Amino acid sequence: MCFASKEMIYTSVLLYCAPRPCAFDQQAIFRSRRNKRDDDAMTDLWDGILRAFWLVASLDRDLVEITLRSLQVTLSALVLACLIALPLAAVLVVRRFRLRRATIAVLNALMGLPPVVVGLIVYVLLSRSGPFGVLGLLFTPTAMIIAQVVIIVPLIASIAHQSLRELWSDYHDLLISLNATPFQRITTLLWDGRRALLTAALAGFGRAIGEVGAIMVVGGNIDHATRVLTTAIALETGRGDFSLALGLGFVLIALAVAVNLCIHWLGQTERGGRW
Amino acid sequence: MKHLIYALIAGLLLATSVRADVLKLAVTTSFNNSGLADVLVPEIEKDLGIDLQLLVVGTGQALRLGAAGDVDAILVHARAAEETFIAEGHAAYRREIMYNDFIIVGPGADPAGVRGATRVEDAFRQIAAAGADFVSRGDDSGTHKKELSLWVRAGERPDAFSSWYRAVGAGMGAALNTAAALDAYILADRASWLNFGNQQGLSIVFEGDKALFNQYSYLPVSAVKHPHVQKDLAHALDAWLISAKAEELIDGYQIEGKTLFVFNAVR
Amino acid sequence: MAVLPIRAKGATARRRSKVLVGPVDLTIEGAGITIVMGPNGAGKTSLLKLLHGIERLRGGHLHYGCALAEARAKQAFVFQTPVMMRRSVVENIAYPLRLAGIKRADARMRAYTWATRIGLGEAAERAALGLSGGERQKLALARALIRAPEVLFLDEPCAALDGRATREIEALLGEAVAAGTRLIMSTHDMGQARRLADEVVFLHKGRIEEATAATTFFERPASEAAQAFVRGDIVE
Repeated sequence: MCFASKEMIYTSVLLYCAPRPCAFDQQAIFRSRRNKRDDDAMTDLWDGILRAFWLVASLDRDLVEITLRSLQVTLSALVLACLIALPLAAVLVVRRFRLRRATIAVLNALMGLPPVVVGLIVYVLLSRSGPFGVLGLLFTPTAMIIAQVVIIVPLIASIAHQSLRELWSDYHDLLISLNATPFQRITTLLWDGRRALLTAALAGFGRAIGEVGAIMVVGGNIDHATRVLTTAIALETGRGDFSLALGLGFVLIALAVAVNLCIHWLGQTERGGRW
Repeated sequence: MKHLIYALIAGLLLATSVRADVLKLAVTTSFNNSGLADVLVPEIEKDLGIDLQLLVVGTGQALRLGAAGDVDAILVHARAAEETFIAEGHAAYRREIMYNDFIIVGPGADPAGVRGATRVEDAFRQIAAAGADFVSRGDDSGTHKKELSLWVRAGERPDAFSSWYRAVGAGMGAALNTAAALDAYILADRASWLNFGNQQGLSIVFEGDKALFNQYSYLPVSAVKHPHVQKDLAHALDAWLISAKAEELIDGYQIEGKTLFVFNAVR
Repeated sequence: MAVLPIRAKGATARRRSKVLVGPVDLTIEGAGITIVMGPNGAGKTSLLKLLHGIERLRGGHLHYGCALAEARAKQAFVFQTPVMMRRSVVENIAYPLRLAGIKRADARMRAYTWATRIGLGEAAERAALGLSGGERQKLALARALIRAPEVLFLDEPCAALDGRATREIEALLGEAVAAGTRLIMSTHDMGQARRLADEVVFLHKGRIEEATAATTFFERPASEAAQAFVRGDIVE
């Protein structure tokens, strides 16, 4: 991945067509860095803001690509994780079974699961020499989605479980009295608790979109295939180009804020804003 | 519900199913950081009509990826490890492509007086004697292996070093960032150094010894051991890498007017 | 088949080793309103829940006039603190119908009728959590009555309400009885008991001290505790 230098961006803004930026402008970036090697760290921060601004303003092709991939991977993972975690949380609330407490304790513990460990486990499972090797999924966006699902399911399930438990203590007597079936109890809780569940989902989104350890391991940070915002940031940090890394970081933060606002706005427009 | 889940999984698999013309190549961090990859990859993709996907990892991990069959070929620089790799049957042969060189980077003030050294063994001995801060990759990469072999050559034992020897367990860029922050000595490949943006007070304090040459080799993963690898594409890439065009691009690649790589493949 | 008669024989409810109510022998049949009275902690709520079938039986037997599943579907319960679902008023009232598998549009229409009947027609689309105490209890009552239950249990439905709200609730209860619903209701309010009761069950320390016609209970209570209770003395 190489990003257009400022000079290049000016040109491409003027021409309104972004040529595929490559090694040559990479060098231009480094030349521009060379000139201010003695500057302090704050300059990097300020440069980062400018870089972020220009990357967005010029709709840099590579930036758009990795941003869309970040969204694609994380939103896919979020949808899958919610499909697993929310019903699981509801089941843990309404059903009394033998391993219920143990399951809750394990979920709570797994909330703090180190992503890089998840990445390694998924990596070993998906490797050609691992049990699911024949699927050929390692170093694909699917592998990244799988890793993120594993990371955020415990988080979403735990937060959802907390809020659904409160809701259940409100609803318990009524639903028992109305003789609702277990399935009806679960769907009622999920529907009436949707506001709180949205918060749980957003927490999951926040953890997934900013995650780098696991997707670096299972995705491999391949240019034009599995590179996303966070792995690109790690790469640019490794190259010592702090201002570009920071610029991408600001884009990532802006993206996370934008998605949160969008979802909240969607939630607000729903009829009857009280709950 | 079950059907929904199956449909989702099927959809995901289809969406990301591997296309036939994708070649996965594990390369070392130093090669990628040099910027040469950005020159070669588009040309290779154009000439061979393939999607070349680079996995940028340390040499140790690149070898692991190849041994597991997770990539189709590897491009690394650690001769002894490569020969073991072949002996274990993971690859049929190694193709020497090019070399660049390592340098010792250190603080401008050069507290260990490395600038005066004539041989790399002397330089290393002086750093150890002065107890000057030294950052080691410590990640089992090709560069790390090279550094360890140089300490041995100098008659030193890295496992007995005290706190001035800092093994950071990180890639070249991250290790250089650490060295810049600590104002420490570090062994780096020239390409990574020239392409490194955060040099601060560091500069090259020792270079040019033949012992610092760094041979890059290309190893296609054995199709006997891993029938799923893209054998034909890997061999096509092999042929491209030793072509006259590759020689021209590799020898012609410069940063700040300095040539980084020397093409030395035997056709 | 009808839910009635409900027969309890030696029925006991326990939490851990503490007896909440029982063993009780009681038969509910006929029509009208049975008022359950007794001091705090006598086990009124537990008795109602036991008869409703949502308190686990730890001893004795409980029989309905029909099969258990059918009996559960033909009863309703109004709690002392009404449960407000996080939905609109009309969705709250429609909920039991939705559980019974009735289509949404149909259920909402019938719920609207009920909302209007309890004076919440204007507020039908507002969030139920925004209602006042009296409105909440009326909503809970409408929600309980919408499936036209044969038997309705009420646990001190007017405990926290003012006079006007209490009168509205009592009017709704009168209509329900007229429509053929059998009521079993606990209350603390002696006046309310006198106004509504056809039968009285007097509980003391988890046991039924008296189960008799209302006039008999208020005029000639048999047990000492009941006499003191009717006189207005403090009974523990």
